[in-house]
Amino acid sequence: MSIYQEQILDHYKNPRNQGGILKPDKKTIVHNPLCGDSITMYIVFDKNKIKKLTHITTGCVISKASASLLCEYSTKKTKEQLRKLDKGFIIDMLGIKLGPNRVKCALLALEALQKLLI
Amino acid sequence: MFNTTQIKKDFSIFTFSPDLIYLDSTATSLKPKQVIDKITAYYQEYSANIYRGIYDISEKATEEYEKTREAVRLFVNASSSEEVVFTRNTTESINLIMYTLGKQIIHKNDEIAVSIMEHHSNFVPWQILAREKNAKLLIIDIDENGQLDDISKIVTQKTKIFAITYVSNVLGTINPIKKIIKIAKQINPKIIVVVDAAQAAPHIKVDVQDLDCDFLVFSSHKMLGPTGVGVLWGRKILLQKMSPFLYGGEMIQTVSINKTTFKDAPHKFEAGTPHIAGVIGLRASIEYLANIGWENIVLHEKKLIDYALNSFENNFKNKIKILGPRKNHSGIMSFYFDKAHPHDIAQLLNDDNIAVRAGNHCAMPLHNKLNISASVRASFYIYNTFQDVDALVQSLKKAIKIIE
Repeated sequence: MSIYQEQILDHYKNPRNQGGILKPDKKTIVHNPLCGDSITMYIVFDKNKIKKLTHITTGCVISKASASLLCEYSTKKTKEQLRKLDKGFIIDMLGIKLGPNRVKCALLALEALQKLLI
Repeated sequence: MFNTTQIKKDFSIFTFSPDLIYLDSTATSLKPKQVIDKITAYYQEYSANIYRGIYDISEKATEEYEKTREAVRLFVNASSSEEVVFTRNTTESINLIMYTLGKQIIHKNDEIAVSIMEHHSNFVPWQILAREKNAKLLIIDIDENGQLDDISKIVTQKTKIFAITYVSNVLGTINPIKKIIKIAKQINPKIIVVVDAAQAAPHIKVDVQDLDCDFLVFSSHKMLGPTGVGVLWGRKILLQKMSPFLYGGEMIQTVSINKTTFKDAPHKFEAGTPHIAGVIGLRASIEYLANIGWENIVLHEKKLIDYALNSFENNFKNKIKILGPRKNHSGIMSFYFDKAHPHDIAQLLNDDNIAVRAGNHCAMPLHNKLNISASVRASFYIYNTFQDVDALVQSLKKAIKIIE
């Protein structure tokens, strides 16, 4: 089965929560030097909850779709809920099977979110 | 004459995966059954250690191992087989030179020259050495066609080591290495020239005496041979002066509590039990290539790359950017599309059983210079066909349609 499923391509071509936030509570940049992917992620909190989470992603289909899906999922969730997210969650969220090299692309967005939640 | 159908029969991988289109020989080549059989024969029939056993199968193993040294001597046209050292791979061969000769001769403010198109294996060791010794690492640039700039702008009388690739593993550029070495030696007659022939040895006839280099290194696994075997050819006079790289078994003459004396080159550089089966297997790959003949190999690859370049330009026009020159081009083609990440391209090609490489191909300085983070690389060898190129083009069209 190809990893380029409809949902993945949809989030790649029409990324949700894309763009910067002028005055975010926090902002972070993560890179994957091997393939040149990079994600800048912006967050606005509402007490313990995520009010707004956006991203600017340059990279492959998987990293972009993953960032789009993760930002969409995370809005309105609590920090505690999001801190529990792991590799398994991301893979389930994408719904595709990834080899060891492409998993890194998928996990880049989670790395950014985790940095924002420290 | 060149018969790819016949050649493919020697590569059992096509029996296991009949639909495989393998376009990543630059990373590692496939292995013919002649090589695999040779390795198996060692393990099945005479799997003894070399040099030490006074019994038949050990003597047979030693003889087979040393016969490969002689085969490599002929392969690179060295004057003596004592100039041939077996290592693990090209990277280890270069590190051996750096750790022994490099550390000995490089001092503060000395210069080491490399090019921007080097593989990390011929870049990082020299960068580390320069930093450690407070020496200067100078970089020869490339022009917009992917050809090397005039080296006399960089190489000076203070340049003690000049490490240069014969063929770029990304651009496919075949450097005019003989001419370059001549210029370098006119500038500084004492300069040590290290030639990285990892991408040359599988594809063109290499002649160390004609090139007039001081060291030339390559890997067995890129030329149909087994992984885990590399070659270091060095001038005898230099190898004799160099201290050993690794210490231990096999490389010694005498050991007492206070002192150890070493064997002569090449054995002083081959500490411990080597990859005996691998070295013996390398001879089978040299014989295989010799049977096909360099002229045939060069012509076949040229036909394929010319066909591929034309086909790409016709089908993708200005959507695609192909790296490297159009002339003096080996069977390597790297490219990228503005709107599709190389990883996605490679992944989608894989869905059609096409194996290409995507990434920076261990050449980050070059990719930085080209202002890209990654590229797709297709490379051709003796088992590739025009049909493979057609399949690549069709699959690329499909991939772009999905991503764009």
